[in-house]
Amino acid sequence: MSTQPSPKGTLSPYPIRKPGSQIIVDTLVEQGVEVIFGYLGGVVLPLFDKLYDAPIRFIIPRHEQGGCHMADAYARATGKVGVVIATSGPGATNLTTGLATAMMDSTPLVALTGQVRTELIGNDAFQEADTTGITRPITKHNEIVKDPRDLARAIREAFYIARTGRPGPVLVDLPVDMQLAEVEVTPPEEIALAGYKLRDKGHGRQIALAAEAINASERPIIYAGGGVIISNASMELRALADKANVPVTMTLMGLGCYDQGRPQSLDMLGMHGTAYANYAVQKCDLIISVGARFDDRVTGKIKTFAPQAKILHIDIDPASISKNVHVDIPVVGDAKVILSELAAAVEHRSRNEWFAEIAAWKAKHPLRYDRKADVVKPQYVIEELCRQTNGGATIVTGVGQHQMWAAQFYRFSRPRQFITSGGLGTMGFGLPAAIGAQIACPDALVVDIDGDSSFNMTLTELSTAVMYELPIKVCLINNGYMGMVRQWQELFYGKRYSCSSLKNPDFANLARAFGAVGYTVEKKEQVAGTIEKMLAEKRPCVVDFKVDRTENVWPMVPAGKGLHEMDGLDAYELT
Amino acid sequence: MKHIISALVQNKPGVLAHVAGMFAARAFNIDSLAVGRTEDPNLSRMTIVVVGDDRVVEQVRKQLGKIISVVKVQDFAGEDVVARDLMLINVCTPPEKRPEILALIEMFNAKVVDIGPKFVMVEVSGPENKIEAFIEACRPYGVRNVVRTGTVAMARYARQRHE
Repeated sequence: MSTQPSPKGTLSPYPIRKPGSQIIVDTLVEQGVEVIFGYLGGVVLPLFDKLYDAPIRFIIPRHEQGGCHMADAYARATGKVGVVIATSGPGATNLTTGLATAMMDSTPLVALTGQVRTELIGNDAFQEADTTGITRPITKHNEIVKDPRDLARAIREAFYIARTGRPGPVLVDLPVDMQLAEVEVTPPEEIALAGYKLRDKGHGRQIALAAEAINASERPIIYAGGGVIISNASMELRALADKANVPVTMTLMGLGCYDQGRPQSLDMLGMHGTAYANYAVQKCDLIISVGARFDDRVTGKIKTFAPQAKILHIDIDPASISKNVHVDIPVVGDAKVILSELAAAVEHRSRNEWFAEIAAWKAKHPLRYDRKADVVKPQYVIEELCRQTNGGATIVTGVGQHQMWAAQFYRFSRPRQFITSGGLGTMGFGLPAAIGAQIACPDALVVDIDGDSSFNMTLTELSTAVMYELPIKVCLINNGYMGMVRQWQELFYGKRYSCSSLKNPDFANLARAFGAVGYTVEKKEQVAGTIEKMLAEKRPCVVDFKVDRTENVWPMVPAGKGLHEMDGLDAYELT
Repeated sequence: MKHIISALVQNKPGVLAHVAGMFAARAFNIDSLAVGRTEDPNLSRMTIVVVGDDRVVEQVRKQLGKIISVVKVQDFAGEDVVARDLMLINVCTPPEKRPEILALIEMFNAKVVDIGPKFVMVEVSGPENKIEAFIEACRPYGVRNVVRTGTVAMARYARQRHE
């Protein structure tokens, strides 16, 4: 008797019947899943029983939120779909922050949640929550399976929706009686989603208009976002930038899509971007935006954004086009496909005046900090880390000042090198994301540049790193504050530091209690040597850098101001 | 400015909640939303009247299109459509005013569907301005309560031929 399902289109003479839980696991294997992150619970016991001897590696976090961030970072590091499993009720609700994080940054994720028996739904049963209702606004799609014959189809569709078009998290809610029910195994059918149409190729006429505009421009700029990385379009972006001779600025999510070591790189733009990127945007006559969405952190005051520029917007999501700023030349489609067509159609122009202007800005306003001070400066820690890793480590961050310094002072050269929560800005993302990235790339050097307040939120996952022997490194930029909001309180609330500081544990000791390695750095002279020791560690390692407590992130475009109205350009002498 | 948008959606639980939730989350101003089955048992049609300028309506259309359970979105702006609203309205009828109220009802081609000692319940259907006009006409007599379906709409033949 065959264990294979019947070939497509034929009726099986000996129908194979399996419990829903087995069908779920078989479908996951069919979809190429190699790793699952997840946590047990009552209504997922049947599923976990079948996972026990499945050819899938299972990683158990200490909190479902951690598990979700791990799956998210796994997806960001590889481009594959991340998978997380949680039980009903509190297990599912613990996923919400992780799902919203993935939704905002367009990460392909499939979340499988247990649910109470179908006849108990809506009855306030034990550990029941309206999971599909709660997660509807924060998932690309979700479904609750109420017929066991729908199990395989729902999961196949979930993977398809998660990884195609603009990727996003998809949740499938699995009542326990669906997992237990026996059902006939059926072969995969074509995915037919009437309401979901994919558009890869850009419209030929739009691409021609785009090429014309680029060729005619005197002061163009490429504004590249996370979409370039999701589309695996770095080579095509570089081809376009080189062929047409256009400078490139990147969003936080786009860092790494263009090698920052190349002279055309203007590094990051926006609220804490470089002055030369922001001036270039405000002075340019054409913005070539690819895979970016004109987020408010980038545009500053919209009325004064890029006043002289025509806007060409290449994006896979038509809803992002002309949402915040008016777009002159929209091109809907996949970045990789469109950029390669565009690169073929553009001409090289020298644009010497434009590049000279940019060079002058770069010389006058490099990113700087007080290098002479005798305290541990956070920027110095990151620069030294970059130097010792040759700019090649996979960097993951939490959210806040440390995240901005990591984006500013670590030089990124390849896609999927920088993993950060940009859209939602989720504190606590760092440590679980480092774990997910390390699992995804076992041979990579993974460093979590984290803040003390962010780290506090999910530090329980140190247990996970130790349990699975993951050599992740955590560089704690410890200023004893919620740094970013403290900076805002200093600048806009008259230094009334309301509830922005916490009493922290001794992080190095705490790391040791978890079974990891811990170091503390209090003096500038210790920084380089400790980083060296950290990089040589084979076990998970936390280094507590006690940094200057009141250092601020500069430059800064204050809320409501235009991109050119940056503060802090003269905060330090040019050293 | 009011725009009529028609969306063909899957006839499954949660779809209405999804669409309504999306409108709320994105702070779109909805004047009315009517939904019902179509000739296809798997599909329902939603007719949504949106208040906003062209940019807002463009976003509404695109965000609706992103929802996977929404199969097709039509914006009826500037198109030839038949748009109807159905209302049940309780009008107070002091005995001496009854004849003129009944005459009013006949003028509007409306129907009396219930009658009581001090009121009549009237069914009125037609384009929105006819409904509004009837309500205004009844105000001097006293309107007890009103329930409306909201606008439903369908393109006229001349437009349908092009689809």
